[in-house]
Amino acid sequence: MIVVPCPWCGDRNSMEFRAAGESKKRPDVNTATPEQWRTYLYTKSNLADWVTETWYHRAGCRRYFAIERHTVTNEIRTSRLPAAQIRLDESKGS
Amino acid sequence: MDRQVNETSVPSNTRPGKSTAKYPAKYSAFSLIKHGLAKSDWPRAWREHDLKKSYDVVIIGAGIHGLATAYYLATNHGITNIAIVDKGYVGGGGSGRNTSIVRSNYLTPEGVRFYNRSVHLYQDLSADLNFNIMFGQMGHLTLAHNDSSLRTMRWRAEVNKLEGIDSEVIGPDDIKQIVPYMDTSTNTRYPIVGALFHPPGGTVRHDAVNWGYARGADVRGCEIHQNTEVLGITTIGDEVTGVTTNRGQISTKIVVNCTAGWASLINAMVGLKMPIVTHPLQAAVTEPVKKFLNTVVVSGSLHVYVSQTDRGELVFGASTDPYASYSMRGSLEFTEELAGHVLELIPSIAKMRVLRQWAGLCDMTPDFSPIMGFTPVKGYVVDVGWGTYGFKAGPVSGEAMAQLIATQRVPDIISTFDFARFAEGRLVGEKGAAAVGH
Repeated sequence: MIVVPCPWCGDRNSMEFRAAGESKKRPDVNTATPEQWRTYLYTKSNLADWVTETWYHRAGCRRYFAIERHTVTNEIRTSRLPAAQIRLDESKGS
Repeated sequence: MDRQVNETSVPSNTRPGKSTAKYPAKYSAFSLIKHGLAKSDWPRAWREHDLKKSYDVVIIGAGIHGLATAYYLATNHGITNIAIVDKGYVGGGGSGRNTSIVRSNYLTPEGVRFYNRSVHLYQDLSADLNFNIMFGQMGHLTLAHNDSSLRTMRWRAEVNKLEGIDSEVIGPDDIKQIVPYMDTSTNTRYPIVGALFHPPGGTVRHDAVNWGYARGADVRGCEIHQNTEVLGITTIGDEVTGVTTNRGQISTKIVVNCTAGWASLINAMVGLKMPIVTHPLQAAVTEPVKKFLNTVVVSGSLHVYVSQTDRGELVFGASTDPYASYSMRGSLEFTEELAGHVLELIPSIAKMRVLRQWAGLCDMTPDFSPIMGFTPVKGYVVDVGWGTYGFKAGPVSGEAMAQLIATQRVPDIISTFDFARFAEGRLVGEKGAAAVGH
């Protein structure tokens, strides 16, 4: 079992979450070629190392957030709000 | 619990090392009696070698895919200057950790043709390898618990029949006849509404397949190098020139990646990224009991498959763990969920105890189909993306990869499994794979 620290709800069992996979930059939909878009959709680094991932707290707050997890030991180092949420909070001056 | 300490431990007669016994020896009833009466040691099944400076082909991964590729390169194409390197031991990865189910009742015509070739190869494999692989074609039942999965099964059955494969949809009464212990009543949480019955399906002793191919490849002159970890792949321009291992440098023009769960790590050595995510898949066995289950039973909706071994243990498998990981630890959630689901199907085994559980790594692709063939790096060939269906495809993949390497052309049977399909948007969509919950 791995315990996932949700930035909103605290430590919860991983069964409550959906692992949405590696965090990566989405290409601009207006300018991306089909190849670039498919590379974004399918290609994975799949590292055996520390990775930054997006998780979704499906049976809890139902929010997305980012964690840093080691894929060999399943140890979790940091958990933070998604970049979009951080930008929103900053623009509000909170 | 770590499986390495028990289930896959290598028996003394196949453990690598210098042997005093005569080599090679053909297994037969006569040799069994001779060794039995004389109580003499059996010869090693394969030899140990010093690493040479150069090979025609270097295969990374001494599992069923790597060994079968070497075996068919030697048998069908006469290429024997091959090194099979593995950082662990023969069959220590997914090849020795799967639930050993073989079947061909897939959904796509290309999938059906491919796996059916494998079933045919498995049927003759004991004789070909002179090694009893214990292929029991006991029949394979895939249960449907709702209308949508029954619909997919009818679809599968029709595709199967068109490809000449024995496969049909049956009702709860017929299921009860085949597996009398199954709860086919309608007052359960997930009532059974029908099943896809596939008589040629069954199970094989997976270790025997690994050892048989290893021995077959060794007899024909291929070299198996265990405990030989690949640290890097050297290239000049876009062309492979060699492999760096912890035992030294090898020069070669062809490198084959047969490393399943670790495929992405080897791909990274030549700067390639593929649509592969490594997920652990857990399995478990119970204590042995008298044979009562004469069919492989699978339920996609309940994410469970069950079969009974010749020793009487029930072997359970589930779907992959829901997050990417290289960890092969078991989890309590798995055992809990598994027990709940198995008892939905066969309530009378409630008092049986689980003896051990383990995990293997699955290299999952988005379309539940492998990635086989050439890559943008010249001389770097892949046989990866085997997800949850690598064992049943072992023989046919070995045969096809050998043909591809020897002829430098892609055989028809694997032409739809090329790496370029992702960039070109031609995904296969194999919804007949075990990991798919229907």
